[in-house]
Amino acid sequence: MDQLLQFLISGLTVGSIYALVALGFSIIYNASDVVNFAQGEFVMIGAMSAIFLLKGGLPYPLAALCGISITVLVGLALDKLAIEPAKNATVVTTIIITIGASIFLRGVALLIWGKEIYGLPPFTGDKPITIGTATILPQNIWVMVGTAAAVLAVKYFFDKTIMGKAIMACSFNKKAAFLVGINVKQMLLISYGLSAALGASAGILIAPITFMSYGSGVMLGLKGFCAAILGGMGSSMGAVVGGLLLGLIETVGAGFISSGYKDAIAFFVIMLVLFIRPSGILGKAESDRV
Amino acid sequence: MKRLAGYYCFAIATLMLPLLFPDSYYVTVVGVTVCTNIVLAVSLNLLMGYAGQISLGHAAFFGLGAYSSAVLTIKYGMNPWLAMTAGVIAVTVLSYVLSRPILRLKGHYLAMATLGLGIIVHIFFVQADQFTGGPDGISGLPVLSILGYPIDSDLKWYWTFAIFMLASVLFSLNIAHSRSGRALAAVHGSEIAAQMLGVDTAKVKSHVFVFSAVLACITGSLFAHQQDFVSPESFSFFFSIELVTMVVLGGLGSTFGAVIGAILLSLLPEVLLVFEDFEVMIFGAILMVIMIFLPQGLFVAMEETFFRLLKRKSQGSADVTS
Amino acid sequence: MLHVKNLNTRYGPIHVLKNVSLHVNQGEIVSIIGANGAGKTTLLVSISGLITPVSGEIIFEGQRINGISPAKIVSLGIAHAPEGRQVFSPLTVMENLRLGAFARKKASEQEIEDDIGEVFSLFPRLRERQDQTAGTLSGGEQQMLAIGRAMMAKPRLLMLDEPSLGLAPKLVEVIIKTVVDLNSKGTTILLVEQNARKALEISHRAYVLETGRITIQGPASELAEDSEIRRAYLGKDYRDISER
Repeated sequence: MDQLLQFLISGLTVGSIYALVALGFSIIYNASDVVNFAQGEFVMIGAMSAIFLLKGGLPYPLAALCGISITVLVGLALDKLAIEPAKNATVVTTIIITIGASIFLRGVALLIWGKEIYGLPPFTGDKPITIGTATILPQNIWVMVGTAAAVLAVKYFFDKTIMGKAIMACSFNKKAAFLVGINVKQMLLISYGLSAALGASAGILIAPITFMSYGSGVMLGLKGFCAAILGGMGSSMGAVVGGLLLGLIETVGAGFISSGYKDAIAFFVIMLVLFIRPSGILGKAESDRV
Repeated sequence: MKRLAGYYCFAIATLMLPLLFPDSYYVTVVGVTVCTNIVLAVSLNLLMGYAGQISLGHAAFFGLGAYSSAVLTIKYGMNPWLAMTAGVIAVTVLSYVLSRPILRLKGHYLAMATLGLGIIVHIFFVQADQFTGGPDGISGLPVLSILGYPIDSDLKWYWTFAIFMLASVLFSLNIAHSRSGRALAAVHGSEIAAQMLGVDTAKVKSHVFVFSAVLACITGSLFAHQQDFVSPESFSFFFSIELVTMVVLGGLGSTFGAVIGAILLSLLPEVLLVFEDFEVMIFGAILMVIMIFLPQGLFVAMEETFFRLLKRKSQGSADVTS
Repeated sequence: MLHVKNLNTRYGPIHVLKNVSLHVNQGEIVSIIGANGAGKTTLLVSISGLITPVSGEIIFEGQRINGISPAKIVSLGIAHAPEGRQVFSPLTVMENLRLGAFARKKASEQEIEDDIGEVFSLFPRLRERQDQTAGTLSGGEQQMLAIGRAMMAKPRLLMLDEPSLGLAPKLVEVIIKTVVDLNSKGTTILLVEQNARKALEISHRAYVLETGRITIQGPASELAEDSEIRRAYLGKDYRDISER
């Protein structure tokens, strides 16, 4: 029972991060049908910038905020410089462009920050709280609460604000969106910015628990993609559920089988899901275009 | 004959290289890498270019071939050719079993599934250290000999790889012109249209998937013997991405495009050596820039420009005569 | 108010509009009639900026608008209710209407509420279904929504593309009446219709578009009497079209 509780705590913590990355995937996918393989790099850039700004003497909250802002700028630049010029690109082409972007960003990070690994101090102390024999760190709580807040904010944005509706409108019917006066390019730019902000927040939330280096974004990005597919590509709340579920499966799998195979378990589950229900748990089928 | 003129030029150039520069590092070391990558890119192009299926896990089959040879010969003392055959059989079965469910997927889902396959196989190489030697890999493969002649020098390896590569390229060129090649092209164009024309698209796709995997697997076996060492690093997710890049860089659906993409990308690290730390960044930048501005690929773009110029020239001369 | 001069538009290799010139005066209902494929829809999408003309000028209230982004054109005061009911199917009726006012950045919440109320009073059916998603509406209701959404932009020029296409005769009457209503309240209307008889009944002036060229123009009442038009658009052919 206590072991299960421990699994639940670690699973939900890592799952929260996957959820944020997956949510970022699905926002961009919804607005433009592009799967942004550089999503994981947003996580890395957010965390690494915050780490170095903090080292540079900025107060913690300001460093975090600047880390997010820098990542947002990177996200906007990605859209303007790599996605927008490649209009009419096929799925394969956009996949490769964003993979290229992720390699490029990783290369830049390597130049700036080197190969060493870094961490952030916990937001508020590191004294574990014990529940039975299970322990929970204050940072675990921060991750879960932070994720919940971000998810709710995103949900509010898309459900209640006209700007959110306008972004959704672009994905439903681009022509009609133009005709009601929505600037489709601008909406896409906003979704890249939003998605980058979510990624950066995920990075800053998790950096006190796991270390970060220039290459940390890759696995996080791929897991986020797994989570997005698990929940059904394009469904925002599906992405969140998929992320949490993936975190739990991975933690339990690692606990019972072997931690070395942790990543393999996640991908194995994804392949099973794809083979049995190709559209994910909460998603609609992707139809073939004639 | 005319159709293959380009191929013969390429073949002669490949075979002349060691005669001209027998001791050059670029022939015996880089040359083998280039040949390896060409075969892998050409095999991936069959799947991506002709059958229109993306695969982000091609390195897995390459790795399975390499590890079958390494593990079976070193740990179990098996004959190298027998080990290679065992690898081929295993990959045939595995890829056939996986082909139907994987190829039923489309677009991003297909990308995810093939990516997952690549990562799972890679993790297996790292984790199953009682067989694979873990992250450090294993070394000490026996010498491979063909009909009693041992391949025991760099130059002999170059010949082996060059001939294997030329055979694969020829095979790929011929497939594109055969009946099955046209069926493949039909699958790429529109699956539904192909089905209406009576092409069993599922069967065609799964055959290509298996064939492409087996070709990568054989390359892996040869690679393991040539390197005398295998480690998981050679078969990572990044290598799969590099292979996709080669195919797309040259031009999807063109065998020579894949060849050129493979040559360029294999030589790139040699050139970028000067820049060291900039290598990753430049690699990413090249990938993006080419895909944004020349999405049809370098080779195809060059080919088109060439034919346009040719056409303009012949039109020009026609004007003069009339 | 709107002047189109020597407009040429292409879809790839196809030359759709050939030297089209027309104008719409403030307060008018102007209709464009013509067979399928004559280029009527292309004319409207050229004006609303979805495609950029090859040559020619589109001038709205003294300002040249070809080459300007569609979003900008909406905010200048031109709204376009497109052919084929391009509603946002997964969004509710209410959300669709609110998005119609997207370009009016300065409008207060109260103004938008009032305008929604006005759309609802014209189309009471939409009020009943305000929380339903647009995809679940019938064809006629979606048509009302498309018009209502265009109205929400508070345009000075409203362009309607085939508003009566595929609707039951009773609904056609409702739509036609709405158009007249809107016009009497001060909105200038550019109407594209296959139902030429109805269009000419309510219009001040009309243009006939044939394979990309304006062939006949004049006051709607004169055109309705024109023997050639009667034969081509109001005779047997017209009945065929309306019964489809």
